Amino acid sequence: MELCPSIKNILLLDSEGKRIAVKYYSDDWPTNAAKEAFEKAIFTKTQKTNARTEAEITMFENYVVVYKFVQDLHFFVTGGENENEIILATVLQGFFDAVGILLRGTVDKKEALENLDLILLCLDEIVDGGIILETDANVIAGKVASHSIDAGAPLSEQTISQALATAREHLTRSLLK
Amino acid sequence: MAQPLVKKDDDRDDEADYSPFLGIEKGAVLQEARVFNDPQLDPRRCSQVITKLLYLLNQGESFTKVEATEVFFAVTKLFQSRDIGLRRMVYVMIKELSPSADEVIIVTSSLMKDMTSKTDMYRANAIRVLCRITDGTLLTQIERYLKQAIVDKNPVVASAALVSGIHLLQTNPEIVKRWSNEVQEAVQSRAALVQFHALALLHQIRQNDRLAVNKLVTSLTRGSVRSPLAQCLLIRYTSQVIRESANNTQTGDRPFYDFLEGCLRHKAEMVIFEAARAITELNGVTSRELTPAITVLQLFLSSSKPVLRFAAVRTLNKVAMTHPMAVTNCNIDMESLISDQNRSIATLAITTLLKTGNESSVDRLMKQITNFMSDIADEFKIVVVEAIRSLCLKFPLKHRSLMNFLSNILREEGGFEYKKAIVDSIVILIRDIPEAKESGLLHLCEFIEDCEFTYLSTQILHFLGIEGPKTSDPSKYIRYIYNRVHLENATVRAGAVSTLAKFGAMVDSLKPRIFVLLRRCVFDNDDEVRDRATLYLNTLGGDGAVVETGEDVKEFLFGSLDIPLVNLENSLKNYEASEEPFDINSVPREVKTQPLAEKKAPGKKPTGLGAPPPGPPSTVDAYEKLLSSIPEFANFGKLFKSSAPVELTEAETEYAVNVVKHIFDGHVVFQYNCTNTIPEQLLENVIVVVDASEAEEFAEVASKPLRSLPYDSPGQTFVAFEKPEGVPAVGKFSNMLRFIVKEVDPSTGDAEDDGVEDEYQLEDLEVVAADYMLKVGVSNFRNAWESMGADGERVDEYGLGPRDSLAEAVNAVINLLGMQPCEGTEVVPNNSRSHTCLLSGVYIGNVKVLVRLQFGLDGPKDVAMKLAVRSEDEAVSDAIHEIVASG
Repeated sequence: MELCPSIKNILLLDSEGKRIAVKYYSDDWPTNAAKEAFEKAIFTKTQKTNARTEAEITMFENYVVVYKFVQDLHFFVTGGENENEIILATVLQGFFDAVGILLRGTVDKKEALENLDLILLCLDEIVDGGIILETDANVIAGKVASHSIDAGAPLSEQTISQALATAREHLTRSLLK
Repeated sequence: MAQPLVKKDDDRDDEADYSPFLGIEKGAVLQEARVFNDPQLDPRRCSQVITKLLYLLNQGESFTKVEATEVFFAVTKLFQSRDIGLRRMVYVMIKELSPSADEVIIVTSSLMKDMTSKTDMYRANAIRVLCRITDGTLLTQIERYLKQAIVDKNPVVASAALVSGIHLLQTNPEIVKRWSNEVQEAVQSRAALVQFHALALLHQIRQNDRLAVNKLVTSLTRGSVRSPLAQCLLIRYTSQVIRESANNTQTGDRPFYDFLEGCLRHKAEMVIFEAARAITELNGVTSRELTPAITVLQLFLSSSKPVLRFAAVRTLNKVAMTHPMAVTNCNIDMESLISDQNRSIATLAITTLLKTGNESSVDRLMKQITNFMSDIADEFKIVVVEAIRSLCLKFPLKHRSLMNFLSNILREEGGFEYKKAIVDSIVILIRDIPEAKESGLLHLCEFIEDCEFTYLSTQILHFLGIEGPKTSDPSKYIRYIYNRVHLENATVRAGAVSTLAKFGAMVDSLKPRIFVLLRRCVFDNDDEVRDRATLYLNTLGGDGAVVETGEDVKEFLFGSLDIPLVNLENSLKNYEASEEPFDINSVPREVKTQPLAEKKAPGKKPTGLGAPPPGPPSTVDAYEKLLSSIPEFANFGKLFKSSAPVELTEAETEYAVNVVKHIFDGHVVFQYNCTNTIPEQLLENVIVVVDASEAEEFAEVASKPLRSLPYDSPGQTFVAFEKPEGVPAVGKFSNMLRFIVKEVDPSTGDAEDDGVEDEYQLEDLEVVAADYMLKVGVSNFRNAWESMGADGERVDEYGLGPRDSLAEAVNAVINLLGMQPCEGTEVVPNNSRSHTCLLSGVYIGNVKVLVRLQFGLDGPKDVAMKLAVRSEDEAVSDAIHEIVASG
């Protein structure tokens, strides 16, 4: 029996079942085809359920899958057959809320893809090789969002032109919206 | 289809579907990655390119070896930048690329610098990356830093080091084991997650040292664990300790039970649930121990969170298999879950109710289920069908309403798997409940009138051919079968022809009519159908007159093939066409290696329409065939009973051996199933040396060694004993595994030529009275009891002494006698002071035995029992009493 709680995969799919970001921690799905088949199956199975207010749960093959939807995003966390369902749900909630914080409340596919780097870092901070690293959404988001020049770097390294470039980009983005 | 074909992409190409990765292409992104080499790095731009690369990988794109190396080297340049965000992406990228050993060297120094950096985020991530990509040699260099990191003030750094330790333990255990002092310190950390990771690692380091684990659990259960996840771990370790100590402490309170029970009052739901589940899974859990766990699970049932409801109902469903009475308190909550939005929860609730229900609630339940069935998916329906089948076996008197239910759903829409589950269930019910036979067969007949699945039609036709002729009026099935010859495809037609012929052979009075029908089939446009019809017409003989069919003709046409199909296939492949015809007697009858299936799927239910013949449960058949194929045992007569396998070794030892006791009238054969779990060894001439000095009535007559036992492919060796005929002799046997061991090179699989003789002590084995008792149920115990009459009845009373509970006493007696409990009477209601249990069985010499046990609590714990035995032979009744008296 697996003694340490372990996560088999975390999936973030869109409303058509296509990948936004996925991370597999187990060899149960050795090929990309196997992974896609799993995603397709689990998406079809859960598609019609209402998992928007509370996380929902299902058994699929020999896995327990917990899931939650918001807008056009579908969040999934998969564990083994004998895994404590509530632990899985805690991981899901951590992921879900952390993404919410990182995307500043506008949680949809467009925003998620535009900030894919944050989502990928978020996945990296939640689970490491199947072992749960952190489940508190605020801590996860805090770790991901600490975007700044590291303290040891001399200020001079950030040139004026770089700063200007960043500012310009921010401006164009806000104008385009 | 009237619409013109519109390109699907066009109407989807609107604003909402905009993606920053639209039209992304691998070649272009790889080109873009050149910015990593710029002397003036632009962190934002580099981050974007890495994100694109990661996006491609995430979408399932793969890089060639060259591409990956190129990207890797480019990415290493980015260590020059001091931008934290970019550095984080670099870490993720390196992990995704999983570089080869010679590439790792390039980044090692950069990562080691980050590992000792002042920035916590660098330290934590660099440790995770380095430990992920490193090999053993590098590990000794960084070991010092890792040990420091484990006790780092920053919890993120400590966790990173601990989690990496857990991963490294798989590949470099000897190094990680040196860190146990630091890990132990980290267990006391105030940070919740650090405590969790430290506990997980500490336990893995010590997991092979039972005493150390015991000490760890003992000290931590006194309370100092703060993290809910760590508490869950501790619960799992505790139940492991309980499981392993169960053999030593038979009496007194279960150790650590109080800890588990205390966890039911924890504030975190995951801990409460983990504890509740651990309690329900305790070995031989008593109803007193179960009650608090069931109570919290019951609260979960009415939670607003689907996850909690699911977790609770799934656990209760499992409890219901072993302790149905304990779950009945939750029945009201369960019934309201039938309408749960989440169909998984609803299905689990239904099947739990089916398990806990008593005979009187069956009809009400069936009504609820009928409404429910229409709106769930096939996969859930299958679960319900299986639950109904076991319910019917439990309450055979209810077969009418349950069989009706099955035939109703059989008529509704459904996929193949679902239909197969229903048909299998009906077949099993027909087999086990004689009263249900005729109606069941008619339901099946009606089903094949309109069945779209060739597989099911042919299987049912085959089954009809076996069961139909034995019914009171076989002629009424002929119409259904002959209709198939008109209306179906060739496969089904051929099956129908064979079935018709079977009726003709078994029921002589029908023969003339069958012949008329068969003659019409000779003009079928399919050659298989024609051939079969011709074969049967010519061999059944008698030209259609009412005459008896010869035994050998029957055997030839319908007898079972008593050689393994694999062997037959091999022999046929080796057979070269020549003057000499193929001789079926030359096919070896021995089964080479017993398929692992028996061990792997202990919970697998018997399928109804498996391989022909669908006689009694297939294991007995398989054993019988296996034994009769061995010349030494062929003359022992009919196999009376085969026991369930008894383990003679502990789990996870070098050699796993279990034994099956085969009882014959005048002989006993022990079948030792051996598995070699060491890849580096090949065992030869394996035999079990049995010392029967404590079993006086037994004398060893034959043994059959196992020629060779390679790694992980189970084999059998046999030892046979003679014993007085028809006498239920008992005794104790000590066993020693003796063999020649040869070293095997795991890379080539070749064994050395020279072996060494060796021995391995196995646990003792006993032949007990219950081995001479066959579990055979009766559907109506009262009728059977009355018709047996009081002539062979023996009644006596026994005091069973103090017992944990009434249920425990009942189970003990059932196991002692090895008989089949009838009408669900093996289940003792909670808190009852008395109980009646009905058992039936067949004793050696084919003597039917019925037992009525009346239990009562005498004082606080003492159990008294009245045992009434009726059998066809008084001597047997006495023997049963003797078993109880001496047990």
